[in-house]
Amino acid sequence: MSEGRKFGEVILSAREISLSFGAVQALTDVSVDVREHEILAIIGPNGAGKTSLLNCINGVYHPQQGAILFEGVPRLNADPAKIARQGIARTFQNVALFKGMSTLDNIMTGRNTKIRSNIFWQALYLGSYLKEELEHRRAVEEIIDFLEIQAIRKTPVGRLPYGMQKRVELGRALAAQPRILVLDEPMAGMNVEEKEDMSRFILDVNDEFGTTIVLIEHDMGVVMDISDRVVVLDYGRKIGDGSPDEVRAEPAVIEAYLGVSA
Amino acid sequence: MIYREAGQFKASYHADQAIFTIRQDLWFIGGLSLLALLAVPLLASEYLLQSVLLPFLLYTIAAMGLNILLGYCGQLSLGTAGFMAVGAFTAYKFATAFPILPAPILFILAGLVAAAVGVLFGLPSLRIKGFYLAVTTLGAHFLIEWVLTHFGWFKNYSASGVITPPPITLLGFPIDSPAAKYVFTLVVVIILALLMKNLARSAIGRAWCAVRDMDVAAEVIGIRLLRTKLIAFAVSSFYCGVAGAMYVNFYLGTVEPQAFTINLAFLVLFMVIIGGLGSVLGSFLGAGFIVVLPILISNILSIVVPDAPGAVVSNVELIVFGCLIIFFLIVEPAGLARLWAIAKEKLRMWPFPY
Amino acid sequence: MPEMSFATELLLFLEVLINGLLSGIMYSLVALGFVLIFKASGIFNFAQGAFVLFAALTFVSFLEAAIMGAENSGLLYFVACFMLTLVVMAAYGVAVERIVLRPLVNQPLIILFMATIGLNFFTEGFAQLIWGTEVHRLDLGIPDEPMGWLLDKTNMYITAFDVVAAAVAAGLVLALSLFFSKTRTGRALRAVSDDHQAAMSVGIPLQHIWAITWGVAGAIGLIAGILWGAKLGVHFSLALLALKALPVLIIGGFDSIAGAIVGGLIIGASEKLAEFYLSGIIGGALENWFPYILATLFLLIRPQGLFGEKIIERV
Repeated sequence: MSEGRKFGEVILSAREISLSFGAVQALTDVSVDVREHEILAIIGPNGAGKTSLLNCINGVYHPQQGAILFEGVPRLNADPAKIARQGIARTFQNVALFKGMSTLDNIMTGRNTKIRSNIFWQALYLGSYLKEELEHRRAVEEIIDFLEIQAIRKTPVGRLPYGMQKRVELGRALAAQPRILVLDEPMAGMNVEEKEDMSRFILDVNDEFGTTIVLIEHDMGVVMDISDRVVVLDYGRKIGDGSPDEVRAEPAVIEAYLGVSA
Repeated sequence: MIYREAGQFKASYHADQAIFTIRQDLWFIGGLSLLALLAVPLLASEYLLQSVLLPFLLYTIAAMGLNILLGYCGQLSLGTAGFMAVGAFTAYKFATAFPILPAPILFILAGLVAAAVGVLFGLPSLRIKGFYLAVTTLGAHFLIEWVLTHFGWFKNYSASGVITPPPITLLGFPIDSPAAKYVFTLVVVIILALLMKNLARSAIGRAWCAVRDMDVAAEVIGIRLLRTKLIAFAVSSFYCGVAGAMYVNFYLGTVEPQAFTINLAFLVLFMVIIGGLGSVLGSFLGAGFIVVLPILISNILSIVVPDAPGAVVSNVELIVFGCLIIFFLIVEPAGLARLWAIAKEKLRMWPFPY
Repeated sequence: MPEMSFATELLLFLEVLINGLLSGIMYSLVALGFVLIFKASGIFNFAQGAFVLFAALTFVSFLEAAIMGAENSGLLYFVACFMLTLVVMAAYGVAVERIVLRPLVNQPLIILFMATIGLNFFTEGFAQLIWGTEVHRLDLGIPDEPMGWLLDKTNMYITAFDVVAAAVAAGLVLALSLFFSKTRTGRALRAVSDDHQAAMSVGIPLQHIWAITWGVAGAIGLIAGILWGAKLGVHFSLALLALKALPVLIIGGFDSIAGAIVGGLIIGASEKLAEFYLSGIIGGALENWFPYILATLFLLIRPQGLFGEKIIERV
């Protein structure tokens, strides 16, 4: 997948991240570079620290050691909302949709970083705010078309099947027009057709908008197919970093997944 | 058959996002509003206007305030009565200092000051959530009560315990008849309900619901939590301040901190729960329910047990309140508004069962 | 204040402090009831104050009825009425569990909390309906006057009653701590509090456990009610004690028995000290709001309370 694709400079960089929760060491000395426009997959056995790494990127967890640099500038304090506004969007392992709202409203919340009018205009629902709201609605409808979820537009998301919820969550992340899209197991619990759809969406987003993609994924077929580079974690440490073929042949990686005969 | 959407198409996003997407809804609410505005003040008795409809409208405003904070934004607050008291005393101080101020300005000022106080006591919500926030707001209530009682400045150092607010005027005419007070309050209620509906369907409303449903996720997608919560506190307290100011001027007739007890805060909480969290209609239904219930109880009691002393009646009220809260929470936690929505659904299908 | 020697100042401070600590113990007693129910079912029982009131009223009625028929009231009557009231409170607790809690088993905790607010209103109205609003005297035979020898020696006003109450509370805390950590039922209660489903899946009878919990909470409420009732007279204002217990729970943590005691001590002491030293400057009746502001400041620094469990949210 990586032949002939042009990547940009390193846009996000995690340097020697160490994260612990009390006695549990989630990450130890993990360094990952993310190049613009690439699709980076993070793989590893359960409990390897993949989600924790993503949470550090988004500012949900604060690593005790190490630094995260965005466009070469180190982060001074991790404020998730500020990080989101820099252009990093996220989906979650356990679908973090807002269960009290419809699909449309959920995706509209993704546009929140772009709202400019203050609440006085919002209360009046006229003039400059109305124009803005309709603009955002139009943008969201395009995403809904792209993800083919028109039929469930007004459905409360709590009632949707799991696969649809994941798609809506992707839509919410896309609504922010992010530079980096961070996906935590976007294909979990899906059947073959749904996985193909999701892969297609991810590739289209990367192709059309040049969005950098960082994803955690367990399905090796998907990982090998769509990713440009793969990072492997095991017990909180990085044990592999390179193209899919390189990583697949790495002995440490094979040992982590399959074990070594005694 | 009558209540159906067939033939009603939305040709623009604007139409799709309107408050009333079903034309029949617009006619119904519009008709009801006209009736309330024009026919009721002419036909209803003074007792009905002053003692039933007026408190109903005032409680609706307070319920809308709490609904914004609790129903939309998910912040449990027991400071409602405190913020109402702030509004009441703000109106009093401004009215005595600048007697020429007309009613709308007075009440807006009351709301603004209450909003500022609300933001102050909302600051802890950055770190504190759930029950803990409820207890913090309880502290706000007691602190406000203490401040208003202990510093004579608020009562203009009056020697007597009873403070009567100066008459309220609009365009030079005093608003003192029950009908005038009712119409004025009704107009305020309609405006505030409209604003609340607008806020709910705009970006801030969605941000509030996001914070309520999953605040960690909301933050990660870029919603600034403190700002969103503080705006909720501000708007909610604004509504409560307006309600409190109108409460002492139109309904009670005296200005005292003791009118705003912790029981009042619980009462408004019940209105919001029984009426339906996160719903403009719910605020109306809940307030109406709480106003009508004591009347019903005392009427029934006077038939069943005549000559029951006042204490007995109020205790029976407490018992019935308690039972009804529990009943509603078991049967329909989403409140009367949900029951209404279910009824509308059935009406859409009528005469078919589904 | 006239010029006082350092020794006198210190003694005065100690007196206020000790009185504060002792009254704090009384708050802890009420808070213990909350903690018990929260530990076992995760529900914050707002109606605990009303329970205290109800228990005290029931007890006083039994006592008054018993004394009327006899010539001398003795320890026997006291104990008998105590047992009788325990039964009533346990029955009430079971009724609450069956009628209010069981139908709401799967609802979010905020709904359960609001149900207990409704329960609070119900219990208050019910109690006042039956017993009216006069104050009932409750005499435990322990004088609520400053202890003579202490007064003579150190000029400090501390009553024997407060000391006895503190001892009772301490005994209760010890008993409860042992119960939770050493007995099977105690462990089952802790399991239920952590995760209802998991507890059920290992065979813990949820309904029994909840019935026991509410029964024991009722008993604690009774003891608190008796002590407070003896001190202040049994009156519906006892129910407002529940509101005072909230800052205690915040500082101590909602699920810690030790926290309820420590929190109570802190609140009681700081309240009395603030009232004594600050009321000259900013006015009286500080105790209405001071505990809350203290609790709020505490929460800002340590959101889970002194002994509470830290909540880690996973995304």
